Amino acid sequence: MNVSIIGIGQTEVKEMWETSIRHLAWYAIEAALDDAHISKVGALFVGNMLSGELSQQNHLGALVADFAGMRGIEAVTVEAADASGGMALRQAILAVKSGLVETALAVGVEKMTDQTGSAVTSAMAYGLDADYEAMQGLTMAGMGALLMRRYMFEHGVGVADFAGFSVNAHANGAANPLAMFRNRIKPERFASAPVVADPVNLFDMAPAADGAAAVIVTSREKGMDMVAQPVEIIGSAAATDTVALHDRQDILRLRAAEISAQKAFAQAGLTPNDIDLFELHDSFTVLAALSLEAAGYAARGEGWQLARDGEIGRNGRIPISTFGGLKARGNPMGATGMYQIVEVARQLRGLAGDCQVADAKIGMAQNLGTSGATAVTHILRAAQ
Amino acid sequence: MEVSRHWRLQAQRYQLVGETCDSCGVKLFPPRDVCLECEAPAQELYTFTGLGEIYSYTTIYDAPAGFEHNTPYMVALIKLEEGPLVTAQLTDIDPSEAVIGMPVEMVTRKLRTDGDEGMIVYGYKFRPAVEELTAV
Repeated sequence: MNVSIIGIGQTEVKEMWETSIRHLAWYAIEAALDDAHISKVGALFVGNMLSGELSQQNHLGALVADFAGMRGIEAVTVEAADASGGMALRQAILAVKSGLVETALAVGVEKMTDQTGSAVTSAMAYGLDADYEAMQGLTMAGMGALLMRRYMFEHGVGVADFAGFSVNAHANGAANPLAMFRNRIKPERFASAPVVADPVNLFDMAPAADGAAAVIVTSREKGMDMVAQPVEIIGSAAATDTVALHDRQDILRLRAAEISAQKAFAQAGLTPNDIDLFELHDSFTVLAALSLEAAGYAARGEGWQLARDGEIGRNGRIPISTFGGLKARGNPMGATGMYQIVEVARQLRGLAGDCQVADAKIGMAQNLGTSGATAVTHILRAAQ
Repeated sequence: MEVSRHWRLQAQRYQLVGETCDSCGVKLFPPRDVCLECEAPAQELYTFTGLGEIYSYTTIYDAPAGFEHNTPYMVALIKLEEGPLVTAQLTDIDPSEAVIGMPVEMVTRKLRTDGDEGMIVYGYKFRPAVEELTAV
């Protein structure tokens, strides 16, 4: 790709009553600028899903550029539901790759706690098909439940068979000081957790939260000169599927995730076995299973077995959710994809602290919008 | 809530009017003008029978605004007998009775409300098939 990451930044993920959306974005940007030892960039891409609905604030490109002391630069919001963050990075890479922008900043930011209850549930459902899903009362949790119920039916598994995903996510989140949930959970308690949308329970579903994360990219050559540990982007691909589950031939096949992963592997000249860790989109445990199947780590209907067999842990065949994933780190919707990139970059720099995957050299991040209507896959490599 | 947004979907909400693909003959609901299967134009209207079976289902306890009045409620993917899946609420059913494969039929019900003086949106839901009607 000839594009490298030269700076990363992130805030804690939690309920931050005292912090506005512009401040959240700035805190992540400030950390990324410090990390890259620069103060200006050529263009800003803001990944966000909900600011219009929850904060009565659109036009985040200009707002955040101004607030970050970069008034005058090109800036725009990128929206693709909870894939907004990954898609913002994708746009930053395209900008640098085009040669028209030397250094681009992508920030994912979401402020979810200015409203509560049914207002937040409604806003999150804006990523679904408004006329034919949301108008029937479907929610994000309901969408996860329809997928999980069908997965259980077709593949003969039970709720408890998904427990390994959340147990792993919480174990990793416990080692991440920025994570929303730092408590471990016991597998035997999983199936009896309070139900959100049957069969999805509180331990299946990632929690909504506030948060922001930022990444700065430039050309590989410049990156080598600018920082000690650039991280190379060796695969970047986005794809789409139908927004509504009911429009899919096979709801248990994440076509956009497959397409974007295959393209990214082809660009990198790699196969799934070459990846040292995989930050996947575990907004629901069933999506973790389906993502592993789509990326080629398991046959259809067998993704859940990787969790059962302990293959997704830090020392397993394919470590996932290494900082807690969406489930334990927390899921600030439009920022989630950017957290994934920041986390992979920290792993590849060897600066992941207690979350470190030993000898991590190549990592993958895959960010999904809702049930995978948008999928963005990035493959990163420690600079050589 | 915008009246026109719901008014223009009345044929879909009240009668399940979809489309047939001119080229491959597949039946489409919701209507989409470009065939999902072969990407040819699909503009011939087709009214679905409203019969189908449960493909997947859930009970929603955490309702979005406008749906609080009937929480908890069930939402399902229904496989219509003509082929397509449709997302719809289940009604007149005990959650413990629902099972994948259960025959269901379309009925018209209140979908959502918008406060005491706001618009009420009606549309399709599905209930367990009434045998007297389907077995004749």
